[in-house]
Amino acid sequence: MTNSAKDKLKNAFIAALDVRPDSDFESLAYGQTAGWDSVAHMSLISEIETAFDIMLGTDDVIGMSSFQKAQEIVARNGVDFA
Amino acid sequence: MSLQGKVCFITGSTRGIGWATAREFARNGAIVVLNHRGSVELLEERCRELEAEFHGTVVGLPADAIDTAAVKRCYVEIFRRFKRLDVLVNNAGILRDALLGMISDEMIHTVMDTNLMGSLVHLQEASRLMTRTGGGSIINISSIIGRVGNEGQTVYAASKAAVIGMTMAAAKELAPKNIRVNAVAPGFIDTPMTRQLPPDKFQQRIASVRMGRIGKPEEVAQVILFLANDMSSYVTGQVLGVDGGMTI
Repeated sequence: MTNSAKDKLKNAFIAALDVRPDSDFESLAYGQTAGWDSVAHMSLISEIETAFDIMLGTDDVIGMSSFQKAQEIVARNGVDFA
Repeated sequence: MSLQGKVCFITGSTRGIGWATAREFARNGAIVVLNHRGSVELLEERCRELEAEFHGTVVGLPADAIDTAAVKRCYVEIFRRFKRLDVLVNNAGILRDALLGMISDEMIHTVMDTNLMGSLVHLQEASRLMTRTGGGSIINISSIIGRVGNEGQTVYAASKAAVIGMTMAAAKELAPKNIRVNAVAPGFIDTPMTRQLPPDKFQQRIASVRMGRIGKPEEVAQVILFLANDMSSYVTGQVLGVDGGMTI
């Protein structure tokens, strides 16, 4: 994932979960990170879809359980890794 | 009641209430997305009819409500083309009658999969698209049978009552996202479904309508138009009966 794509993803997490920009993003996890509950999760999905102009399937929505997973899913939906 | 430029998806929209709604929406300037589970030729013909009469944008997306993968593809296509969805009319449904004791498992699955599960999948996918663009309106088509029941229609009644429960729950969940969710409960309406009734049953139903006549699909479509439109901007979680007084 390019730095700009990764930054976009981080910005989506910052906007949806209200995490600090200097957070350890690799440690963020659904249900464990404060504020990342089911309501915030749907906001996060919306932020990510809008940021990357993609539409995620239900399995991806359910499976997005960490920042790392989010990267994998976004990449699988055509965002460039170069 | 303008829907100018609004992207409106109407499921089961090649005949009956769905078709009347599509016409009403097209007349009011909507970008209309039609849907049909059967013949693609009929769907294309309906698209051409609407374009010729109202000169707006019309798209046809074939999908059976019980085929969840096909339903999801419809939303990917709507997103690809328009990047937004403003209105969903969850209309696709089927009617199967059987007295208790004669209801097969297959019939239960067929009716529930189409009338409930199909509607739920549409609602979920539509609400996600609407969330991204700041709101929208979802209108689920229930039935008077889902409110008051009818002999020989236990399965259909259960499926349409479930649509009302789904409407209430979704209205609560989606209100903070500016997505309104309402249901319409038509009574005895002149559609291909009701024309299948035997003459004696038909007369019995007419006798139960206080206004003394069968309803027209266009009369239901007008109510759906109201709920789709900003004229009902503070209305959510409601079930609006369109039944000529059958329930009073």
